[in-house]
Amino acid sequence: MVKTYGAVRALRGASLSIRRGEVHALLGANGAGKSTLVKILTGAVKPDAGEIVVRGQSRTVHSPAEARQAGLVPVYQEPALIPDLDVASNLRLTGTPAKAFMGWVSQLGVQELDQYAMVRDLPLAVLRVLDLARALAFEPDILLLDEMTAALPADLAERVLEVIGSQRETGRSVIFISHRLLEVGALCDRATVLRDGETVGVVEMAAGAEERIVELMLGESTDDEADVHKRVVSIGGTAMSAGGAAPAGGAAPAGGAVATERRPRLDLRDLSSGTRLKSVTFDLYPGEVLGLVALEGQGQDELFDILSGAARPSGGTVHVDGKESHFRHPADAIAAGLVYVPGDRAEALLMQRSVRENIALPTSARWRRWGPIGMAAEKLKVDAAIQKLQIDTRAQGEVRRLSGGNQQKVTIARWIAEGVQTLLCFDPTRGIDIRTKRQIYHLLRELAESGAAVLLYTSELEEVQLACDRAVVIFNGRVVAEMPAEDADEPALMRAAYGLPAMDSKAEAVLGLAGRGQTA
Amino acid sequence: MSSATDVMDETAARRGIDPRTIFRDRPIIPLIALLLGLVAVVELLQPGIVSERWISNIIRFAIPLAILAAAQTLTMLTGGIDLSVGIVATMTAFVMATQTPHLGTGLAIVVALGVAALAGLGSGIGVGIFRVHPLIMTLAVGLVVEGLLLVYQRLMLGTRSEIPELITWLGADRSFGIIPNSLLVFVPLAVVIWFLLKRTGFGRLLYAIGDNEGATRLAGVRYWQVIISLYILSAVLAGIGGLLYVGLIKASSLSLAVPLVLPSVAAAVIGGTSIFGGRGGYGGTIVGALVLQVLATLLLVLQVPEGTRRIVFGLIILGVTAAYTRITEER
Amino acid sequence: MSATTPATADLGKGSPGEIAGRFVRRNSWTLALWGLLGLMLVFTLTIQPGWGAPQLTILAIAALPYAFAAAAQTMAVLVGGIDLSVAAMMTLTSVCAAVLMQGQSEEFGIIAVGLILLMGLGLGAINGLSIVLTRVPDIVVTLAFFFIWEGAALLVLDAPGGSSAVWLRDLIIGPVGGFILPAELGAWIPKALLLLAVSLGVVWIPLRRSRLGLSIYAVGSDRLAAFRSGVPVDRTKVAAYALTGLFAAMGGLVLTMNTGIGTPIQGPYLLASVAAVVLGGVSLAGGKGGLVGPIVAVFILRLARQDLTLMSIDPNVAQVVEGLIMVAVVLVGAVVALRSRRS
Repeated sequence: MVKTYGAVRALRGASLSIRRGEVHALLGANGAGKSTLVKILTGAVKPDAGEIVVRGQSRTVHSPAEARQAGLVPVYQEPALIPDLDVASNLRLTGTPAKAFMGWVSQLGVQELDQYAMVRDLPLAVLRVLDLARALAFEPDILLLDEMTAALPADLAERVLEVIGSQRETGRSVIFISHRLLEVGALCDRATVLRDGETVGVVEMAAGAEERIVELMLGESTDDEADVHKRVVSIGGTAMSAGGAAPAGGAAPAGGAVATERRPRLDLRDLSSGTRLKSVTFDLYPGEVLGLVALEGQGQDELFDILSGAARPSGGTVHVDGKESHFRHPADAIAAGLVYVPGDRAEALLMQRSVRENIALPTSARWRRWGPIGMAAEKLKVDAAIQKLQIDTRAQGEVRRLSGGNQQKVTIARWIAEGVQTLLCFDPTRGIDIRTKRQIYHLLRELAESGAAVLLYTSELEEVQLACDRAVVIFNGRVVAEMPAEDADEPALMRAAYGLPAMDSKAEAVLGLAGRGQTA
Repeated sequence: MSSATDVMDETAARRGIDPRTIFRDRPIIPLIALLLGLVAVVELLQPGIVSERWISNIIRFAIPLAILAAAQTLTMLTGGIDLSVGIVATMTAFVMATQTPHLGTGLAIVVALGVAALAGLGSGIGVGIFRVHPLIMTLAVGLVVEGLLLVYQRLMLGTRSEIPELITWLGADRSFGIIPNSLLVFVPLAVVIWFLLKRTGFGRLLYAIGDNEGATRLAGVRYWQVIISLYILSAVLAGIGGLLYVGLIKASSLSLAVPLVLPSVAAAVIGGTSIFGGRGGYGGTIVGALVLQVLATLLLVLQVPEGTRRIVFGLIILGVTAAYTRITEER
Repeated sequence: MSATTPATADLGKGSPGEIAGRFVRRNSWTLALWGLLGLMLVFTLTIQPGWGAPQLTILAIAALPYAFAAAAQTMAVLVGGIDLSVAAMMTLTSVCAAVLMQGQSEEFGIIAVGLILLMGLGLGAINGLSIVLTRVPDIVVTLAFFFIWEGAALLVLDAPGGSSAVWLRDLIIGPVGGFILPAELGAWIPKALLLLAVSLGVVWIPLRRSRLGLSIYAVGSDRLAAFRSGVPVDRTKVAAYALTGLFAAMGGLVLTMNTGIGTPIQGPYLLASVAAVVLGGVSLAGGKGGLVGPIVAVFILRLARQDLTLMSIDPNVAQVVEGLIMVAVVLVGAVVALRSRRS
């Protein structure tokens, strides 16, 4: 059984081949192209090139129904069950054999399932198991599981993994996508690792394979790494001379040392929300850039929603400059000096309006400022922000005509124009060019040096050492590690982010942290 | 994406004049051409009809429509719509006419516009706080206003109503034989609306909410404040339109301005204001109202029945929005 | 046609007690509406002790077009849309029926009914196809068709006119009488009610149990999950709108039966249909609710109107009260929809 792919937007030459009767892990850091590959396999997206071959036969998969005909049945992270129908109706809708389904359900460890319970009323963990049981009931050739054990309690997860493992005996193949490397090590036969939309390696699971996988996800060897950095420097160097040399490790110790003495700008205690964000506690100090690292869906979205005033926490407290704060609307957060740059630029921008209107938007927000606009003063302020961020203004009539990097700058410029106290950035450099990235790091450093506090969530681990003073790692809704930037190299962050127990280098990092604590 | 391709993207976007971009960015230019074309067709079909007096007449009838369409333009910019403009305009005119004998002209006008503002407040609360779809909310408010108007009419059966001279002078009369007096109201009003949209924070927020409501929320805008103010403004504009219209028709009935609802939506849509919000302006709407007025004359000349007129309006709304969806999706 | 949710596969039904418990849980909203209707009947009897079978017949006839409008709107809302052209489609089919039957034999009436029902399916399918093909939001497309169908009705008849077959008119007038049932009971069952139950039941009962019915709920409830479950989303949407058209055509026929002519002016059925749908427990967010709730809601709203008249309240004031009730219902419905979207 072979599957091959050619170039797709987010994928350039990813291929994946799975043997009959094996459990095969599909791995990769955020944005490596896993989700795109899954979408192609399940018929949600058409590939630009490449083909899917099942049992030596080329298949077209343009819809979920066709994927199922090809013998490929997925189980998504969000259960594909209709919330307003009961379980039995959901089975009828998809033509699932009910007997087989019930058999799998009890094997998977869910007892006393009420067929007539509304899907909406069932807990997420049960839904995921039902989704899996439904997929198994189709007797697929290939089962595609996306983060199957996420949101499952330990006992259910164990049963689920057992059942998945036992699929080998019936000759079924399983594609297993997971962020939990320990699980992958215990369950899978082989693993394919994606990076930047390409397959960078296939690993036979054996002792020490996890180390190899982490290496592959980070980028092969040190030679490679140096090469990348050279490229960064040369582009940055020719494009902008001053911002090119981003203050990396040098500034970090100073920031870290000062931080402990001051009152935190932002003080989070046991913050929780829904099922994802369990208990997060950390401080953010004025004058520092704090890096926040987490894999997808570990609670960081909920955390930023709370801090930006878009959602209320279900537990825990937020103190701003020592004062307990409850934000009921983003306007409250803004009034408290917390401004937010969301990860998706489209969320923050008025795509059909001009750069100027986008930057000036927060100015008119309060009703006292609804009157005539001082056009000259506004122009001065906007121009200053444009200047500072070096926004390319050739296509400023409509923001949607700008490049991604320039759009991102506009979302930040909006807050710079007003003067920033606390900046919350959610992955601001995703999908933008390297020169703009450099400029953004430089800007964040500059803001911190002028006394602002910056919280930077990033999915690109090297950014922590390029722009931050300190890093906090969140896994499974909790803070699992905190380290100064100079210790936060990619392997250390990656291990922490995957929830791996302390290994040699990690132990060193912890020791290092303790040592620093004593000296400080 | 490297910096080199960024630059190329942007220059590509700037290079070349795509006819589609003209329709999107400067709809007023093809629109004026359409207007002149329609006038030419009318003249061809009935030679000699187009005269100074004819033009003055078209303008006189287009002005109340253009004012109702202003209410539509403002609400549509936020992605809303106000289907209560017809009944609110009618009510304002009726209240003014029945209160004039008691309160005098000035106070009667103020009271009537105040009642209109209350209706707008109702719509605004429904849309801004309860988040009812504007279409359903304004339809419902229209129903209640209609009922209240019927009750009010019964209460007022015994009393005399009159349309003050000021209103007929403004609505119907002309100066120097050809210049409609309603321009005295309309020109300043149009300037104010233009200024509101281009040069005030409130106007900016209307565009911003229509473009991306979520983004305005993130920027600290409280939706309900803007929406309630907007629907009050919309109702007051409808009231002003109703006052001029009753001056023009010179008879206040309970269905006075109701037939203007559909054309007011069509005028704004033809004028390039997106029914999804975020794009458009008042200039296009004014030309749109003129186009519709000429179109109405044309259909009259051609003796096209009322039914066809409605179908044409419906197809215009569907066609323009479908075309707009296509254009925005392609990018 | 009682369950709020579609029927289920045979996977062990459970004891009669469990089935009853489940039924009550699932239909709590509809049951509450029945209770409210009962209370209103009691109230009606206290203010008008003479209220009886004749008044019930009047109520049923008055409610008939509203009920079909509500049924039509329910289909569009269940699939996650809304149809603003419901009242316009009723008007158009009504005038077409009146014109078709004018000067024709009584027997031709049967053909005319068939043609009009087909026409309704067609009108609705055009609405649905336009939504799917243009990708313009439902509410805008059906607003355009609101005008188009209304204009078309004016082209068919520019003033009230046409006629209806006599047997069709007789179909809704008076009680069932001693036809099959004992005469005393038959006197209490208006023909209009029977017609309503039969016409809706013929479509709804098989639909509810079919794959299409499930698909309609699925698309309205969660488009993405429906797509991932292999439901043909676009086709389902067109089918749901076609059914909206079918029920609207039934409503149009009823208008013609009721008046004996066709009138090219829209009745107040659009907003009433939205209000009935909301009060009937169908979520404006889609995918939740059934057909019985909106129908009971229609009877509640109509009975309220009848009561206002019985209390000799000025009909104009009654219209205001009715309007305010609808506004309140729509406001509450919007809040509920907002809540469910957030959770």
